[in-house]
Amino acid sequence: MNELGWVEHALVAARPQAVAALLRYFRDLDLAEEAFQDACLRALESWPANGPPRDPAAWLILVGRNRGIDGVRRQSRQEPLPAEEMLSDLGDAEAALAERLDGEGYRDDILRLLFICCHPDLPPTQQIALALRVVCGLPVGRIARAFLVGEAAMEQRITRAKRRIGEAALAFDTPGASERAERLAAVAAMIYLLFNEGYSAGAAEADARGPLCDEAIRLARLLLRLFPAEPEIMGLAALMLLQHSRRDARFDGDGAIVLLEAQDRGRWNRTAIAEGLALLDKALRHRRRGPYQIQAAVAALHARAARPEDTDWPQIAQLYGALETVQPSPVVTLNRAVAVAKVEGPAAALAMIEPLAEALAGYFHFFGLRGWLLQQLGRAAEARVAFCRAIALAGSAAEADHIRRHLDRLERAE
Amino acid sequence: MLYAVLCYNSEDAVGSWSKEHHDDVMTKLAVVQDGLARAGRLGPVARLLPTTAATTVRKGRDGPLVVDGPFAETKEQLLGFYLIECASLDEALATVRDLAVANPGTGSYEIRPVSMFRPGAVAP
Repeated sequence: MNELGWVEHALVAARPQAVAALLRYFRDLDLAEEAFQDACLRALESWPANGPPRDPAAWLILVGRNRGIDGVRRQSRQEPLPAEEMLSDLGDAEAALAERLDGEGYRDDILRLLFICCHPDLPPTQQIALALRVVCGLPVGRIARAFLVGEAAMEQRITRAKRRIGEAALAFDTPGASERAERLAAVAAMIYLLFNEGYSAGAAEADARGPLCDEAIRLARLLLRLFPAEPEIMGLAALMLLQHSRRDARFDGDGAIVLLEAQDRGRWNRTAIAEGLALLDKALRHRRRGPYQIQAAVAALHARAARPEDTDWPQIAQLYGALETVQPSPVVTLNRAVAVAKVEGPAAALAMIEPLAEALAGYFHFFGLRGWLLQQLGRAAEARVAFCRAIALAGSAAEADHIRRHLDRLERAE
Repeated sequence: MLYAVLCYNSEDAVGSWSKEHHDDVMTKLAVVQDGLARAGRLGPVARLLPTTAATTVRKGRDGPLVVDGPFAETKEQLLGFYLIECASLDEALATVRDLAVANPGTGSYEIRPVSMFRPGAVAP
């Protein structure tokens, strides 16, 4: 094990709060990041010898602020770091600063930091890349691997994103309640997008992209600690934990997709399920229903079923009906149709999805489900057409292979 | 004497551990636990879910009030606990030093002598 492991982990943990405070202080993302990097270098020198400070984030903010001031003053980055004895009185200062940090202030700091990553001028992939780099502190190389692009291209993407938000006016005053709610919603959407980047990866990319799911869950927990009574944030965290609990069962040894009902439920991560269910329980107490909570409730019904045949499909159909009322979309209706097929049979489900044909003309899952329903109804020729369309629209080799296996079964049945 | 060892650490730091690091720490801690178990000194061991999964009931004038989150916002969170049998505080300190060496870096262990303990019947 890396001897310095704990220092690295302490720096990662302190990063959001420290960078967010330095951003408020310098009002410039690049300066804030540089100041934080400087402080990290100091920490790597001093913490292994002196042990961790009582409040690592406060230590880093203080040191980063001083370094940043020096940097601004000299406008030079070639200066050596100041001598260790200059930090000798840090203990008291750190304690005083920690007291001041214990207010509402740092909540809004971190929310602001996350929110600028969600700037509406930025395309979603840039939002995610920026959050991974600035808030999570992932090395550019790892982000590049996760997005299947070269490191230079990713570096450029992040630089462009920063330039764009640098040109936008950032509000540094304390947000009002409605503005805070808007920011929270934007940040939650970005976090779920980040999660899906990792979740939608095939088995072959799981190593590079799987960490995106972990980062998304970490960010959701961070948000929850700042806003502990927000049921939709609880729902978001629960949804991701419950979906991620199945990570080891979703692909077989050859990297082929294993459908939910065929998965080995013994390989689902029980700790993640326990945490997801606990968060959902907490959220539902608030009686303020929202899309993340409803989707988490669906995931919870799957997690609670010991065997596939124990799944409460009528309840799942109802939940998707509820989701249609708060967040109507053809994809939600498609999901409800899956549950309806289980409850009322394929004919009812097929009738439900026919009106979606136009809206979902380019959607892999629409044709996958349509083919499967037609197959159930013995309409093999039409099923084959739908499956072929699905293969053409598949987003990954695993998706295409999965449908091909359906087709093979269809051929064999004839 | 029975002692409770309350394990505090930064939830964020522990949450950022890689699987390898996590497994490594658990293996090292298991060595300490096994020694205690062999000596018949190891009681229940619990690891808690993150504080974000916590709910707090505050006793108030108008009856119990349910609040989301942990009882207190602290820099380091209560992540788990042990109950161990020790002949003296020195023995407890020696044991907890072993735990600290197995999992170095940030965090603290609070050692609290136990005044009453009922084993109960629950085994998860």
